[in-house]
Amino acid sequence: MNHKTETELHNQAVKDLAEVLPKIAQYKAKDRLKIPAQDMPCQDPVVRRSNLNEVALGYTLEQARLEAMRCIQCKNKPCIAGCPVEIDIPRFVQHVAEGDIQKAIDAIKEFSLLPAICGRVCPQETQCQLTCTTGKSLKDIDKAVAIGRLERFVADWERTQGTIKAPLVKTETGRKVAVVGSGPAGLVVAADVRREGHKVVLFEAFHKTGGVMRYGIPEFRLPNEIVDQEIDTLKKMGVEIKTNFVVGRTRKLTDLLDKDGFDAVFVGTGAGLPMFMGIEGENLIGVFSANEYLTRANLMRAFDRDNADTPMYYSKYVAVLGGGNVAMDAARMAKRLGAKEVYVVYRRTEVEMPARKEEVAHAKEEGIHFYFLQNAKRILGDDKGRVRAMECLRYELGEPDSSGRRRPVVIEGSEFTLDVDTVIVAIGNGSNPLIGQTTPNLNVNKWGNIIVDKETQKTNINRIYAGGDIVLGAATVILAMGEGRRAAAAINKLLAGAG
Amino acid sequence: MNQITLKKQLSTDVFLMKVRAPLIAEERKAGQFIMLQVDDDFGERIPLTIADASEKDGTITLIFQVVGKTTSDLAALSEGEAIPSVVGPLGKPTHIEKFGTVVCVGGGIGVAPLHPIAQALKKAGNHVITIIGARTKNLLILEDEMRAIADEFIVCTDDGSYGRKALVTVPLKEVCEKNPKPAMAIAIGPPVMMKFCAETTRPYKVFTQVSLNTIMVDGTGMCGGCRVNVGDKVKFVCVDGPEFDGHLVDFDNMISRLSSYKDIETKKHRCKLEGCK
Ligand SMILES: Cc1cc2nc3c(=O)[nH]c(=O)nc-3n(C[C@H](O)[C@H](O)[C@H](O)COP(=O)(O)OP(=O)(O)OC[C@H]3O[C@@H](n4cnc5c(N)ncnc54)[C@H](O)[C@@H]3O)c2cc1C
Ligand SMILES: Cc1cc2nc3c(=O)[nH]c(=O)nc-3n(C[C@H](O)[C@H](O)[C@H](O)COP(=O)(O)OP(=O)(O)OC[C@H]3O[C@@H](n4cnc5c(N)ncnc54)[C@H](O)[C@@H]3O)c2cc1C
Ligand code: SF4
Ligand code: SF4
Ligand code: FES
Repeated sequence: MNHKTETELHNQAVKDLAEVLPKIAQYKAKDRLKIPAQDMPCQDPVVRRSNLNEVALGYTLEQARLEAMRCIQCKNKPCIAGCPVEIDIPRFVQHVAEGDIQKAIDAIKEFSLLPAICGRVCPQETQCQLTCTTGKSLKDIDKAVAIGRLERFVADWERTQGTIKAPLVKTETGRKVAVVGSGPAGLVVAADVRREGHKVVLFEAFHKTGGVMRYGIPEFRLPNEIVDQEIDTLKKMGVEIKTNFVVGRTRKLTDLLDKDGFDAVFVGTGAGLPMFMGIEGENLIGVFSANEYLTRANLMRAFDRDNADTPMYYSKYVAVLGGGNVAMDAARMAKRLGAKEVYVVYRRTEVEMPARKEEVAHAKEEGIHFYFLQNAKRILGDDKGRVRAMECLRYELGEPDSSGRRRPVVIEGSEFTLDVDTVIVAIGNGSNPLIGQTTPNLNVNKWGNIIVDKETQKTNINRIYAGGDIVLGAATVILAMGEGRRAAAAINKLLAGAG
Repeated sequence: MNQITLKKQLSTDVFLMKVRAPLIAEERKAGQFIMLQVDDDFGERIPLTIADASEKDGTITLIFQVVGKTTSDLAALSEGEAIPSVVGPLGKPTHIEKFGTVVCVGGGIGVAPLHPIAQALKKAGNHVITIIGARTKNLLILEDEMRAIADEFIVCTDDGSYGRKALVTVPLKEVCEKNPKPAMAIAIGPPVMMKFCAETTRPYKVFTQVSLNTIMVDGTGMCGGCRVNVGDKVKFVCVDGPEFDGHLVDFDNMISRLSSYKDIETKKHRCKLEGCK
């Protein structure tokens, strides 16, 4: 594998920048298109397979400036429309090109509160970078301006400068808002509402905050340190955090309003309830939902076998079912936990895979095998009830279905077995059932997702708002964040009105 | 929060602790449990039933048997110390109403979760027949408490060191043969015991409720680690249970799943006791 080290990439960038910089003022669009797209420096795949450190190392200043100079500052700014929170991308990118990173971060923060996170985990190739003119002109979406990487660079720069200032909080209003769930949706609501001077209490069921960013997305993609930073900022702003508190159980949702004196509540409890395939052998020892597997490894720290009390299954041959980010994370985590071979079994083809492109590429570099157009039929066990193999079926692509993707059709009689000792099911999550179960009057749809007004995120119960995965079904960090911002705006308006 | 206000040793391996947790004490109902952690960074989350609670004192009572790492770490805490994480009450409360005659069967540590249920059933006006059992005399817990709320009371040990020398299924069968037969049975104890209780009552068509103690990670329906087959459905014990119709539970699969980490945990436990690395 031709892995380029951080130093090699950096040295090249220093050289290229020295050449471009004196002439940049005269550059036309076509000249900018010739500036080499900057690769993300990464840990060597052979090394990173057995550690949990972040895979992507981040641009250096020179790399970031060069990459930013590839932006042709389009008049119609198609990239902005691709971003769910409509960051003024050309503006911040221009600041990066000029080397004024402080201005860049200020520009981003007008729109997004979690740039270090979104820069890392947004599916950019289907959002802001999808419509980027630079990519289009070069007829290669991988050659679009690397907006996410630039965003990450800018946010990391601010963090390492130690200049992060907690946003100003207005004078106390005496009003009080409960935020349920500390995933991206909840964090954003807490910050936006607190800024207006309202008291905010953030309730979290687990002993640690961050939601999926803590228990699901592994350290090697999103270090805990970055999530901690966001929580620290909230604490500095005076947000009170109550962990080990399950709303619905420890306290009923409506009791927060009726008994505890909260003026409004935001519910951001996320997805939960892992789905299984409903096939034979799914309850054998060695079959896990990706949620369980990742929660043990991440939140419960079972990756650290010597120190963690929570046990982690020893696996040699692992099959992961699914093709999303969750499947990629589980597969790559299994590898890091010492599995010899990991197979991702996906019923469609690579094109239809919902996972971020970069993660798929990283997984391949790490030696994960991909079995496309295949699916599990049943899981076979040994006499101790442990997984010994998985019987699979081959598929071919048929007519497009309602989602526009071509439907996989089973090829009859194509059964074959894969010898594995572990099966991780990553085919999606239903909604978290607890709030719905314990709040009888709350309107939810047939999948258990809370129904809200699209403008305000308000539920059918007065003063109760909701957003993120509990409304959208399993979605993305940035969409959860966008919903949080809308809800916070509505809550702030409600409280100001009632002033 | 979570201070241990009382600690008592009930038998060789069994401890009782009262823990300050006013919100949980206020909300909890019979049949519910908490998840706790003795170390917030590297500890394991384990489920324990709320054996009793006092809203007035703001405390909950836990009764647990030391079987592994977390339970021994917990047993090592003293009065006045706090348990870093306690979350609950979780699970669906037991459905309590006046059924008529109810036979409550508790085995070993299972008597602890059975106690608040028997109490609630008695309060609702049921005729409560209680059968408790243990391997041997000094493993029996809560005998006086259970006797106090029972209309009929039977105690047995496997080795005959106290009460009747019998497995709890023997008196259970006798109770089922009475006329009229009991309206329902509740059996809580080791999985094997619950399995055989369900087998005992099956021919008499006495509805038998069991409380399952599967391995759990989050306890809120997020991981699926606690799943069991109930009839032709897969249920999550932490949100759909912990109580289910014993005649429908696939105990063999549940018992097998409980051994998922046996090798790893026995090793860890031994290492802790023997002080090796
Ligand atoms: C493994 C994995 C990888 C992913 N990768 C990506 C990615 O690369 N890019 C991307 O954009 N998205 C990714 N996602 C999706 C993304 O993480 C979610 O869309 C996002 O986190 C949703 O945010 P949220 O705030 O709605 O909820 P969550 O992040 O799910 O947080 C909800 C929080 O609420 C808490 N909670 C639940 N019930 C209660 C209750 N009753 N009381 C108190 N607290 C409660 C939960 O413990 C949790 O902490 C991934 C998801 C997973 C699982
Ligand atoms: C809803 C519920 C309520 C419970 N209530 C009580 C209670 O009131 N008192 C009490 O003493 N115990 C109770 N348990 C069981 C208790 O959770 C386990 O004993 C505990 O998790 C063991 O943790 P450990 O780290 O000490 O042992 P580990 O080191 O984790 O395990 C030691 C041995 O116990 C087995 N084991 C692991 N988890 C469980 C489990 N959940 N159930 C049974 N065996 C297990 C392992 O296979 C291993 O052989 C309950 C379990 C559930 C699910
Ligand atoms: S938040 Fe996400 S979609 Fe928006 S600009 Fe950043 S990376 Fe792109
Ligand atoms: S579309 Fe691409 S090139 Fe155009 S302004 Fe946006 S980032 Fe720059
Ligand atoms: S313990 Fe995780 S779903 Fe029940």
